[in-house]
Amino acid sequence: MKKQKLHELKQTSLRVREHIIRMSGNGGCFIGASLSCADLIVYLYKEFLNVSKENLKDPKRDYFFLSKGHDVPALYGTYVELGWLEEERLKNHLKTNDFIYWHPNRNIPGIEFHSGSLGHNLSVAMGVAMDCKLRKQKNKVVVVVGDGELNEGSMWEALLVASAYKLDNLLIVVDRNQFQANIQTEDLIPLKPLAKKFEAFGCKAKKVNGHNFEKMDEIFKTFPFEKGKVSVVIAETVRGKGLPSIEKRADRWFVNFKEEEIEQLLKELHGAKQTKLTSETIVAR
Amino acid sequence: MTYADIVLDLINNDDRYMIMTSENRAAFRNLPPLIKNNFIDTGITEQTMIGMAAGLALRGRVPIVHALATFLTMRAFEFIRTDVGIANLPVKIVGAVPGFLSDGNGPTHQAIEDVSIMRGIPPMNVFCPADEEDMLKGLMSVFTHPAPFYIRYNPTKAIVEHSKFEIGKAEVFGKGTDVAILVYGFLFREAFKAKEILESKGVSVRLINIRTPKPIDEETVLKTVDECKLIVTLEDHFITGGLYTILAEVLLRNRKTANVLPFALMNKWFKPGLLNDVLEYEGFTAQQIANKIFNKLKIEH
Repeated sequence: MKKQKLHELKQTSLRVREHIIRMSGNGGCFIGASLSCADLIVYLYKEFLNVSKENLKDPKRDYFFLSKGHDVPALYGTYVELGWLEEERLKNHLKTNDFIYWHPNRNIPGIEFHSGSLGHNLSVAMGVAMDCKLRKQKNKVVVVVGDGELNEGSMWEALLVASAYKLDNLLIVVDRNQFQANIQTEDLIPLKPLAKKFEAFGCKAKKVNGHNFEKMDEIFKTFPFEKGKVSVVIAETVRGKGLPSIEKRADRWFVNFKEEEIEQLLKELHGAKQTKLTSETIVAR
Repeated sequence: MTYADIVLDLINNDDRYMIMTSENRAAFRNLPPLIKNNFIDTGITEQTMIGMAAGLALRGRVPIVHALATFLTMRAFEFIRTDVGIANLPVKIVGAVPGFLSDGNGPTHQAIEDVSIMRGIPPMNVFCPADEEDMLKGLMSVFTHPAPFYIRYNPTKAIVEHSKFEIGKAEVFGKGTDVAILVYGFLFREAFKAKEILESKGVSVRLINIRTPKPIDEETVLKTVDECKLIVTLEDHFITGGLYTILAEVLLRNRKTANVLPFALMNKWFKPGLLNDVLEYEGFTAQQIANKIFNKLKIEH
C-alpha cells in the first residue's frame, strides 16, 4: 500500500472516530464496538467495496451488511467522510426528525438493510449472494458480524446453508474485539478456536489485525479465499480502540458522556493524556 | 390445476418468483427439477430461509416459502417480523398443515395461533382458503400482490364451487337472517354442512367465508351483524387473536355489539388423532356445530 493511501486511510478513520465520540453524548451510543470496527469499515468502503454514491441502486454494486447493528456510529461517520451523509445531520443523532439512531435502517442512503437483532443479516446477505450467483453477477457481498453475535444459533445454522450452496461471493468479517456486551467472550461463551470452528463449517478463514490497513489490504485482496467456500476474516480488534481511557473496558460498552468529557476524549484521540471519566458507567442495556 | 401447476406457470412467466422450503416439499414434490434455479431448499432451517427470502426480495425476487405452519410462523417469527415485516418485503409465507389439519401430530405441530401472530405484523396480510379450489382461486392475487402474505395452505377437496376471489372481500352464501356463520379455512366444510342441517329445520342461515382475515372485509361483517340475529364465529385457532377477536375489533371500532357464539380452541391444544375423530372429540363436526346453534336459538332438534 502506498504511503499516501495509508496516510489518507488513517486520517479518514481518525475523523470517523471523532464523529463517533461526538455521538457518545446527549443520549449516547455503543462507543466500544463502534471504535473497534471503525478501521474495518473505513477500509472496506474506501478500498474493497465497489460501491459509491452513484451506484447505490445499481444491481451490480457490492453489498455491505452491518449485522451487529449497534456499532452503526462507525457507519454514519464513514458515510460522512464518503460524502454520502451531510455532517450536520450527525447532530440529529437520536432526534425524531431524522433516522440516525442506535441501529441501522434503510432511510440512510448506503444502508442496505436494518439490523439490531443479532443473528439476522448473515442470512439476509446470503439471499443477496444467492441471487447474485443465480444471475451470474460478480458482486461481492460482505457482512460484518460481532464475535458476541456468534452466540446466536442462527449464525451457525446460516453457515451450514451458505456452505451447502457454496456461496464464495460471500465474505464474513468478524469484529473480534473479544467482548460481548458486558463480559469478555472467553469468560462467558468461549469462541476459541474460532477459525477452526468456521473451517469446520466449510468456510475458509483468515485472521488479520483489524486496525492495520496494510495487513488488511494484503488479506482482503486475496478474496475469495477458496473457490466454492465462504470466506471469513477474523479481524482482531480492540474494543474502544483509539481512546486508552475506555479501551477493553467492560463497563464502557454503552456510554452517555458529558459535554466536557467528550471534549477531553477528542483531545485524547489526538494524543492528549487519558480522560478522567466521571459519568455513570452502564453495565447492561 | 394444482398448487404446483399455478406456481410452475407463475415462474415460467416471471423469473422473479422463487420457491423456497425448509425441507417440506409436499405441495410441489415434482416441481424442483422443472424450476431448477428458482428453487431453494435450505434444509431444516426456518430462520435462515426467511432471512434469505428477505435478501432475495431485496434483489427484486418474490420468494414463496414453505414449511409446516407451526415452525414457520413460530420458530422463525422474529425473522418474519423483523426481516420481512419491518422492510415490508413481498415474501409469501405458506404454512402447511395449519389448524386441525395437523390431525395426529400433537401439540408441537398445531398451528392454532398462526393467524393471530401473523396478522399482528403491520404489513402482513393473511389468506385462509376454505379448500383447494378456494386456494387456487386466490393464489395469483396473493402471490402477485406487493405486500407480504401468510397463507394457511389447505389442499382439502372442495364441496362447493367458489366465486371469484378478491383480496379483502368475503364470500357470502345465502341471505339468511336467523344465523350468520363466519368462518375461515378448513372448517368451511363443516360450516357449509351445518348450514344445510339448520336450514332443514327452518332456520335461515348466511355463511360468510372470510377468505382473508387480514385485510378483513369490514363492510360485509357489519352488514351481516346488522341483518342477522345470531353471529357464529368458527375457526380452528385459539380463541385469542383469531376471527372472534377480529369480529370484536370490528364491532368496537364501529360502536356496535352483537349476539355472538364462538367456536374456537378455548385456551387448550386439541386432542391429536385422525382428522374426523379430532373434529368429533373437540365438538367441531357439522352436526355438533348445528346442535349448539339450535340450543342457542332454543330450537328443538
